[in-house]
Amino acid sequence: MKRRLGLIAAIAAGLMLAPATGNAQQKIRMGVSIPAATHGWAGGLNWHAQQAEKRLEQKYPNLDVIIVTARDVGRQANDLEDLVSVRNIDALVILPFESAPMTDPVREVKKQGKFVTVVDRGLTDPTIQDVYVAGNNPEMGRVSAEFMKEKLGGKGDIVVLRGIPTVIDNQRVDAFMKAIEGTQIKVLGMQYANWNRDDGFKVMQDFLARFPKIDAVWAQDDDIAVGVIEAVKQANRDKELFILGGAGMKDMIKRVMDRDRLVPADVLYPPAMIADAMEITAKHLVEKTPVQKEYVIEATLVTPENAAKYYYPDSPF
Amino acid sequence: MTSPVLRDARPRRPGGIDLKLYGPFIALAALIVIGVLVNPVFLSPGNIGNVLTRTAFIGIIAVGATFVITAGGIDLSVGSLAAFSSGMAIVAMNATVASLGAGVPVVLVGMLVAVALGLAAGLVNGLVVTRGRIEAFIVTLGTMGIYRSLVTWMADGGTLSLNSSVRAVYRPVYYGGIYGVSYPIILFAVVACVGALILYRTRFGRYCMAIGSNEEVARYSAINVDRVKLLAFVLQGVCVALAVVVYVPRLGSASATTGLLWELEAIAAVIIGGTMLKGGYGRIWGTVVGAVMLTLIDNILNLTGAVSVYLNGAIQGTIIIVAVLLQRGATARR
Repeated sequence: MKRRLGLIAAIAAGLMLAPATGNAQQKIRMGVSIPAATHGWAGGLNWHAQQAEKRLEQKYPNLDVIIVTARDVGRQANDLEDLVSVRNIDALVILPFESAPMTDPVREVKKQGKFVTVVDRGLTDPTIQDVYVAGNNPEMGRVSAEFMKEKLGGKGDIVVLRGIPTVIDNQRVDAFMKAIEGTQIKVLGMQYANWNRDDGFKVMQDFLARFPKIDAVWAQDDDIAVGVIEAVKQANRDKELFILGGAGMKDMIKRVMDRDRLVPADVLYPPAMIADAMEITAKHLVEKTPVQKEYVIEATLVTPENAAKYYYPDSPF
Repeated sequence: MTSPVLRDARPRRPGGIDLKLYGPFIALAALIVIGVLVNPVFLSPGNIGNVLTRTAFIGIIAVGATFVITAGGIDLSVGSLAAFSSGMAIVAMNATVASLGAGVPVVLVGMLVAVALGLAAGLVNGLVVTRGRIEAFIVTLGTMGIYRSLVTWMADGGTLSLNSSVRAVYRPVYYGGIYGVSYPIILFAVVACVGALILYRTRFGRYCMAIGSNEEVARYSAINVDRVKLLAFVLQGVCVALAVVVYVPRLGSASATTGLLWELEAIAAVIIGGTMLKGGYGRIWGTVVGAVMLTLIDNILNLTGAVSVYLNGAIQGTIIIVAVLLQRGATARR
């Protein structure tokens, strides 16, 4: 009985929705599913997605962009169901929370005949996606390590602050460790700082107490780096070391631009990649332009010479 | 520091020490010994200073939480309230810096905003709990979500950063101090002393315990239960605000991740300290020790490379449970 009631309700809901979908027949709907702004980088991601939404809806009047944000994998899977069944999207742009658990939910979307663009983290089955805009986490770790090697002359003591225990963090750190293999760079200590300023501050304070000599800090992320900078300054040890963050936060890019001794460079992992993905997808939907199967966002090394190019003063990140 | 506890001690069993009272202190001493064994740097004045200064936020909040929990309530909103009032204080300071100039007055404006918000938030929690007759758990779960979203919204999902010239004026409030003791530590000590005085020496403190152990009996004893509960929540709000006042100058920023899970840490500190989660029995100095212990565990894990970082949470969990077992086991045997 209960099930039948549910069925009737579903049919009723479907009937009520039908006229609405009929009215806006020529509107093309593009769903965008991204993680909620729970840390700095994701905040930047949300901002860039919203900017792209405004830009695209103005450029293509018959395009409707729907952004949904989720706090965890489970909610993101729910979001996908809603986007397909309630919002009736034609295409999906998704930055999956995690690769493996999101693969099947995205496959379901694809089965409904929707165009699928995956951003940053690849699905475990790459045949699902129509377009993949790839962030490159191992590359980010490698570029960071190359810079460290060069700046330290292949020799020195460093500490590493990791992010949140995830595949992304592992990929970055593994690639970094592989790239410094065989050099005389020694990793004194490694701790999680959860891509968070307060944790970066605390962990760095303790590293400074534990190690009398540190030549460099790989903070991996700019939020962590902000905390690290404060801890280093408090201990008056800003002359002995330098800090390498990552992501491309505007304050950090500014420091690199101003040739701050403490922050000589930054490695990009631009949250703007979501905007690129949305633009590629929208262009294909509206203008029917052909698309490449894969676009790779490089992990660019930002130095004082090229920093101005990556400085977005209006972004919240 | 321990004298109020001593004075409050009940008659001891002959030949035994009262573990319910001293359990937290014994656990702390054990933890310090572990710390020294792990790395001698642990006892350096620099490290001790860092640890105590860091403890100040959770510690100050936990002193407030001791009252709420003793009175049989709970406040889950403290972490998000800390984030929200940090954000509001930063916005207020950034907005007034143009007209007031970067100086002490602007910083005072920021502090005032934080304290006013803390008071107001405590009042809201307290009023909804007492007038609305809703469980504190649900009310503060709701306000927890509200404040967290508000700060995320204010920051556009990013980070609210304090104007750098104001920051320079405000910075010493976290990094400075008197005779090498940082201001957050001093504030923490003052809050703890005042808290102990209120809980142990005033009628309000005793009412909190009475309501926590049996609300109906307290009501029949002509205690104005609603007013005491309301006051406990207001006290909690003020404590959060004081923590914010010393937190903001540390990094000069607030974001959606500020104060994440502080509510759980504060509650853990209170319980490790010997206060009963179901109310009726509260210990301020125990709470202080509990808060210090929580920071110490992190600190010790950071000072050693012996334990896989993947296991940090497991070690924290074990130590917390053992610390509480120490006192509860003793109580059960009595």
